[in-house]
Amino acid sequence: MIGAKHPPKNAMEYLMDSKETEKSNAVKTNLSVKDLNVYIQDKHILKNITLAIPEKSITCIIGPSGCGKTTLLRSFNRLHDDAADVRVTGNVVIDGEDIYGKGVEVTHIRKKMGLLAQRPTVLPMSIFENVAYGPRIYGVKKRRQLYEIVKNQLVSVGLWNEVNDRLKTPAIRLSIGQQQRLCLARGLAVEPEIILGDEATSALDPISTAKIEELFLQLKEKYGIVLVTHTLRQAKRIADYIAFMYLGELIEFGTADAILNHPQKQLTKDYLSGSFS
Amino acid sequence: MLKIRLLKDKIARRYMLGITVFCLLLLFIIGAGLLAKSIPVLQEKTLWELIGTSSWKPFKGEFGFLTFILSTIYVTAIAILIALPLSLLASIYLSEYASDRIKRFFSPVIDLLAGIPPVIYGVWGTLTIVPLIADKIAPLFVDFSTGYSMLAGGLVLAIMIVPIIISVLTEIFNAIPKDIREASWSLGATKWETVKKVVLRRSLPGIIAATVLAVSRAFGETMAVLMVCGNFTDLPKSIFDACYPLPALIANNYGEMMSLPSYESALMFSALLLFVIIVLFNAGSRLILDQINLKYHL
Amino acid sequence: MRKLEEKIFKGLMIGASAIIISILLYILYIIIRKGIPSLTLDMITKVPSGGYYLGKEGGILNAIVGSLLLITGAVLISISISLPVALYINFILHKNSRFSNIVRLSFDILYGIPSIVYGAFGFMLMVFLGLQASLLGGIIAVSFLIIPIMVRSIDEVAAYIPRDLIEAPQSLGATRYETLKVIVRQLMPGITTAVLLAVGRGIGDAATVLFTAGYTDSIPVSPGQPAATLPLAIFFQLGSPLEEVQNRAYAAALILTAIILLLSFSARYFSAKLSKSKI
Repeated sequence: MIGAKHPPKNAMEYLMDSKETEKSNAVKTNLSVKDLNVYIQDKHILKNITLAIPEKSITCIIGPSGCGKTTLLRSFNRLHDDAADVRVTGNVVIDGEDIYGKGVEVTHIRKKMGLLAQRPTVLPMSIFENVAYGPRIYGVKKRRQLYEIVKNQLVSVGLWNEVNDRLKTPAIRLSIGQQQRLCLARGLAVEPEIILGDEATSALDPISTAKIEELFLQLKEKYGIVLVTHTLRQAKRIADYIAFMYLGELIEFGTADAILNHPQKQLTKDYLSGSFS
Repeated sequence: MLKIRLLKDKIARRYMLGITVFCLLLLFIIGAGLLAKSIPVLQEKTLWELIGTSSWKPFKGEFGFLTFILSTIYVTAIAILIALPLSLLASIYLSEYASDRIKRFFSPVIDLLAGIPPVIYGVWGTLTIVPLIADKIAPLFVDFSTGYSMLAGGLVLAIMIVPIIISVLTEIFNAIPKDIREASWSLGATKWETVKKVVLRRSLPGIIAATVLAVSRAFGETMAVLMVCGNFTDLPKSIFDACYPLPALIANNYGEMMSLPSYESALMFSALLLFVIIVLFNAGSRLILDQINLKYHL
Repeated sequence: MRKLEEKIFKGLMIGASAIIISILLYILYIIIRKGIPSLTLDMITKVPSGGYYLGKEGGILNAIVGSLLLITGAVLISISISLPVALYINFILHKNSRFSNIVRLSFDILYGIPSIVYGAFGFMLMVFLGLQASLLGGIIAVSFLIIPIMVRSIDEVAAYIPRDLIEAPQSLGATRYETLKVIVRQLMPGITTAVLLAVGRGIGDAATVLFTAGYTDSIPVSPGQPAATLPLAIFFQLGSPLEEVQNRAYAAALILTAIILLLSFSARYFSAKLSKSKI
């Protein structure tokens, strides 16, 4: 069922499209969405979403619950593939390649995007093995090399000093906040280009949340980051760009400053002023 | 590298699909195999001669299964009649009334009872139930009984299936949300009234499913019954007479059956009978359960 | 009136529970009392001499070893069949897909099929393949019996695997097969419980091995040789007129019960562990 319903266009056209958006917004992008529609059973969940995610910055997707934020995020990664009753049309282009195109290998796509789920999902293995999981399946076998990768990634999420003496213990024994940072390290270890976060801090305490947010701010030097966030405050704290969604439609997209301080649409104004949530 | 990984993925999926389809076919393979082996006896006799008469003289070529079929049904019926009320009462007690301490004590006991092999129940039955019937119970009603009887088979079977029913039932009762009970209590209903009108009603499909499971188990049980029911090929006249269920017939004659082709075929026919009855019974009850679930929106 | 009804039924319930408990204790008491006097060192270290039915000397080592070999073989075969099936219907297909539910229904039916039918079918299969009653034959027949048990109980725990855990490896670019390996790790306590359940059912079942495994005084050294088993050691030797031989049956019954006890408690331990890791 999955695949473009539209007549196939070649990847260059999309690149052109995204270049246009680049011009108007003056940003570079390596992930863009065009005319994306998602149906679950008969319900039209996402309606004609077109969006270019700026690279090396944090984009927050905001909107009331049920507006399709998470569905959008999941279609970046083709995580709808398994659900029998979900139909996706339109295009998601990363590095000039349409991920819903014919013959595209999904594992190859997913490698480019690290996903951070709502609750940390540590794999049932040790701390070390969790981070080494990705590199291992991509064929890194040497112990020394794996150790370097694991160490680097744990350092980059600030977990190394907390766990370096117990890398062999089951990851499930870490605190929830530590687990989420471990998941981030695990995602970074496969060298993605983009990090996707699905309300990644909603299960965490304020201190852990602050740590993760701090990490995002550091990581945007190297990666594009897309966060679905349930709190406006978080978007205010860390977003460079904000996309506001409502009932499956993308209402407004722009820099954080533009959206938060000078929203163009009435709906956005109402949402920001707290008329509904 | 990616190619190898994808190849592995493909092989693994094919293997899993293959195995799954094989298991689906297994049901048909077993049925077809048993049918093929029963064809000689089915060609010699009509179906009615086989299941409607009770003359069992394999060496004269007479194969009437009525005794065995009736024995199986009677023994199963006795077992269910005893086991069902007993396990219903006990599982209501365990899920609605008993303190946590009693529950913690009971559930390993039930597990253990459910795990004891039939042959152990058989040993226990011959040592206790059989003499009990011969010396104490039967003399009250009939002149003479060896104790190896339909009643003994039914009792041993009942004890065997009680834990199976209880473990299914307690699971079902525990799955009913607590607020439903509280709603009933708050209207002034007593605990028992709540059980009767709310808990039992809601778990009806579960109770049926548990009974189906227990009947299947009792119907096909071999060893425990074989060891206590006497295995006599005449039609039993009372519950103190010996009886001879189908599974016991198969088990007892496996050695000799190879000597006569029609004998072997007749025994395979009885295995086929068991198989068909169990399959129809299970599939039929599933259909009924689905209907009930639809009707009550469970 | 309402109070009275309440009281009567409560009394009946307590009575029913008490009966069940006392029967279990009574069964254990009888098996232990009969078994303990016969349970000598010779009993568990020697094979019977002079024939298992008439020889007065020796023990039941043949049956102990036979049962262990048989169940090990059967578990190895059944796990390599039931695990792929359970994984396939839960994680490769959508767990509520039509095909998955058909597979579930057919395993429910297979689960209900009496062990004597599997025994008879196994025997037929062996005749067809030209095999004699042997360890291998017994292993095949017992596998038929325990595969549905394993599929059902793995299927049950598979329902508790959170979707996030399936997605985590996938979002790192793992293939479905690689994801399954992670899931299997998470399922490990559940698989262990399934195996223990299956071992308990398989090791104690007499009807499947009656035609297929045969019975002998010696310990099998190859899969093609007949093998003695504990349930048949009880069944055959109990029928002997000699008290010494009967005692071997009682000893076998005690050993079998002890094995079941052990399995039952380990299964509890693992399922407790499972419910902890569910959170």
